[in-house]
Amino acid sequence: MKIGVFVCHCGSNIAGAVDPAKVAESARALPDVVIATDTLYACSEPGQQGIIDAVKEYELDGVVVASCTPRMHEATFRRAVERAGINRYMFEMANIREHVSWIGKDKEANTNKAAELVGMAVEKLRRDRPLIPKQFDINKRVMIIGGGVAGIQAALDCADGGLEVILVEKTSSIGGKMAKLDKTFPTVDCSSCILGPRMVDVAQHPNITLYAYSEIESISGYVGNFQANIRKKTTYVDWELCTGCGLCMEKCPSKKSTDHFNEKVGVTTAINIPFPQAIPKKAVIDAEFCTKLIKGKCGVCAKVCPSKAIKYEMEDEVVTENVGAVVVATGFDLFDYSVYGEYGAGKYPDVITSLQYERLLSASGPTGGHIKRPSDGKEPKNIVFIQCVGSRDKSVDRPYCSGFCCMYTAKQAILTKDHIPDSQSYVFYMDIRSPGKMYDEFTRRAMEEYGARYIRGRVAMVYPKGEKYIVRGADTLMGTTAEIEADLVVLAVGAEAAKGSPQLAEKLRISYDKYGFFMEGHPKLKPVETNTAGVYLAGACQGPKDIPSSVAQGSAAAAKVLGLFSKDKLESDPQVSHVEIKRCVGCGKCVETCPFGAVKLVDFRGMPKAEVIETVCQGCGICAVTCPQGAIQLEHFTDNQILAEVNALCRS
Amino acid sequence: MSVLEGKELRIVGFLCNWCSYGGADTAGVGRMSQPTDLRIIRLPCSGRINPLFIVKTLLSGADGVLVSGCHPRDCHYAEGNFYARRRLEVLKRFLPIVGIEPARFEYTWVSASEGQRWQKVVSTFTDQIHGLGKAPRLTPSAEALAAASAL
Ligand SMILES: Cc1cc2nc3c(=O)[nH]c(=O)nc-3n(C[C@H](O)[C@H](O)[C@H](O)COP(=O)(O)OP(=O)(O)OC[C@H]3O[C@@H](n4cnc5c(N)ncnc54)[C@H](O)[C@@H]3O)c2cc1C
Ligand code: SF4
Ligand code: SF4
Repeated sequence: MKIGVFVCHCGSNIAGAVDPAKVAESARALPDVVIATDTLYACSEPGQQGIIDAVKEYELDGVVVASCTPRMHEATFRRAVERAGINRYMFEMANIREHVSWIGKDKEANTNKAAELVGMAVEKLRRDRPLIPKQFDINKRVMIIGGGVAGIQAALDCADGGLEVILVEKTSSIGGKMAKLDKTFPTVDCSSCILGPRMVDVAQHPNITLYAYSEIESISGYVGNFQANIRKKTTYVDWELCTGCGLCMEKCPSKKSTDHFNEKVGVTTAINIPFPQAIPKKAVIDAEFCTKLIKGKCGVCAKVCPSKAIKYEMEDEVVTENVGAVVVATGFDLFDYSVYGEYGAGKYPDVITSLQYERLLSASGPTGGHIKRPSDGKEPKNIVFIQCVGSRDKSVDRPYCSGFCCMYTAKQAILTKDHIPDSQSYVFYMDIRSPGKMYDEFTRRAMEEYGARYIRGRVAMVYPKGEKYIVRGADTLMGTTAEIEADLVVLAVGAEAAKGSPQLAEKLRISYDKYGFFMEGHPKLKPVETNTAGVYLAGACQGPKDIPSSVAQGSAAAAKVLGLFSKDKLESDPQVSHVEIKRCVGCGKCVETCPFGAVKLVDFRGMPKAEVIETVCQGCGICAVTCPQGAIQLEHFTDNQILAEVNALCRS
Repeated sequence: MSVLEGKELRIVGFLCNWCSYGGADTAGVGRMSQPTDLRIIRLPCSGRINPLFIVKTLLSGADGVLVSGCHPRDCHYAEGNFYARRRLEVLKRFLPIVGIEPARFEYTWVSASEGQRWQKVVSTFTDQIHGLGKAPRLTPSAEALAAASAL
């Protein structure tokens, strides 16, 4: 075997703390290495060409590149060696940047370590063999989970691109948070006027199937061929028949149901359509509050419904959909503000959240767009906004910035002045973060044109004084204490991961960060991909994002899906398990342990033997460790290869 | 080429590709300084780690072995780390039986976002191994026999 070793400088990223020439020199002494050299940027065009030329000149059978992490450039180099005419799996990488030069300053120790990592890679490569990927068909349908603005955008873009789309939304209408907003920054245009038509497009698009009031029960399969079980939660209303006329809502005598759409400002009827523009516009019974379902009495809605759609005996239904790709767009939730007892949230009726305030501002909200105090319905004059409630605060485990609160607070201050011209808004803030297009101008307008008074500092406490509230905090610019008498206090609550995100991530086998937001494949270069092929992210489920970014990401995810589906066949990764039939005794232990059902027992000349379904095998290697015979081995990570690496390290 | 005498001990890390290897990368990208002793072997999943690899590594002269995978319930392969956890727990109890100090082996969970956690894991484990010092090399058989017959 002939091996070539290329040690990258990565400019000064590696060469600053490792001596690449020395690493190359030591590699020359390794078995089978016929050429070892250092190169300035291995991944660059001339760098790759150098590798290709060397493969041809020295008739190499395999290549080792010592450079950055394989998670960055393994695919790049594999393509390069393939262009040079050798199998792409005859390639190994030694990570001497992330794992060496970037974490240690001692050049001698680093050079030594880098040389050892190269030694390991060479020993592994000596046991590599060419692998050929299998081709398989793809199911060109896409499932989108979450019908907020990001999911809607992704659904429409995919559907317009000719794909069949399955959109799964857990609440009874799509629209997400944006449907609840009154106006949107920085243009102050009406939220439902721009979102509404898009929601209607979803309903009318021939390529989109919408499952509202539904959740993912389980999902299996792999890129190109996923099977999803979707639980359609019972609505007690036959949606085929319901016309959304709303008669049931008018007549329902149980009027104390939680109004989730209006963020619990006020109550609604037990059977309801969440808002007039809902898509689908269908009624749902809230079983918790329906007298018929609790006590067996009432049944008014069934009597008044002109289309006989009410079905009290209805049950959940699970349907299966086969798709080739999944876009996750499950958005975010709001921080539980009651943690801040000092603000009196949950205790004082006139301390509310920003999203509740959004509903008060909205013409279709519970007050018809009139700002009224929840306690007595009076119009407030002094309104205090407190920013960073559950953002940038380590003490509540939310050290990150929620991104859009500075902006929506400025928007709400502006709208407040529009609604109540003789009002005065005060905003307690830590810093103003407004980096988007026209954003800084916007916050400035809130101050300069609309006279919102911005006070830099945290609020220490809010307490009632007669009919009013005293908001006391630090004014860190003036170096004094600020005390404002407020009629209404609005908390700019931060964004956190949607409830159930970790559970959903586990079903999809994607990663999430420690706050529960889903993780992208690479923070810069793979912003909408995940580490699971065929699963993409859009919107605030990946981290706090405003509408423009969520929409952009929805389109980006759609582009990725369309790109994936532009081929008729996909290639499976050949780094899968392989059974050596002679050794297999047919005990079936591998069949039992494989989490993907990728191994089955087949009859081989009258004896049971294990067989791996290559397109289903994900290449984890659990079976290889389980097999008492050592009969099932994971290609490219065989026992021999791993132990060869160990030996290379422990040889001394 | 060998470890730097007096400076380094031989510590081998078995890491899963998705979480912990990513976490080690994150630590690197964040330039989080770490001791240089550790050499990482990349595997697809912590479930790919045969406990015998670890025993063999320690018997071949490693002074410490560190295994790290995705946090339980967050496995790229659904349940690989559950298998790993069960096997490695058993291994821990088994090590003293084959005459290996159990403190030379550790397993942890580090996700791809936890660069800082990785830095801490590496530093603490390296300190621990330096505290134990070089692993005793296997005694030549003649000596071992003599010792045995003296019993
Ligand atoms: C008070 C307030 C004011 C704001 N004002 C503005 C503004 O003026 N301009 C602006 O640009 N941005 C504003 N934002 C930010 C804006 O709300 C977000 O950018 C936007 O909602 C993100 O869209 P999304 O689709 O990613 O998430 P979401 O809107 O959260 O939508 C997610 C959807 O997924 C569904 N879902 C969740 N989990 C599941 C599951 N497991 N299965 C199925 N479905 C699921 C949810 O029910 C929801 O319908 C504001 C935010 C707040 C809190
Ligand atoms: S490597 Fe083995 S256990 Fe893992 S998916 Fe493939 S067959 Fe199943
Ligand atoms: S565990 Fe090994 S011996 Fe048993 S069926 Fe699977 S491959 Fe064959």
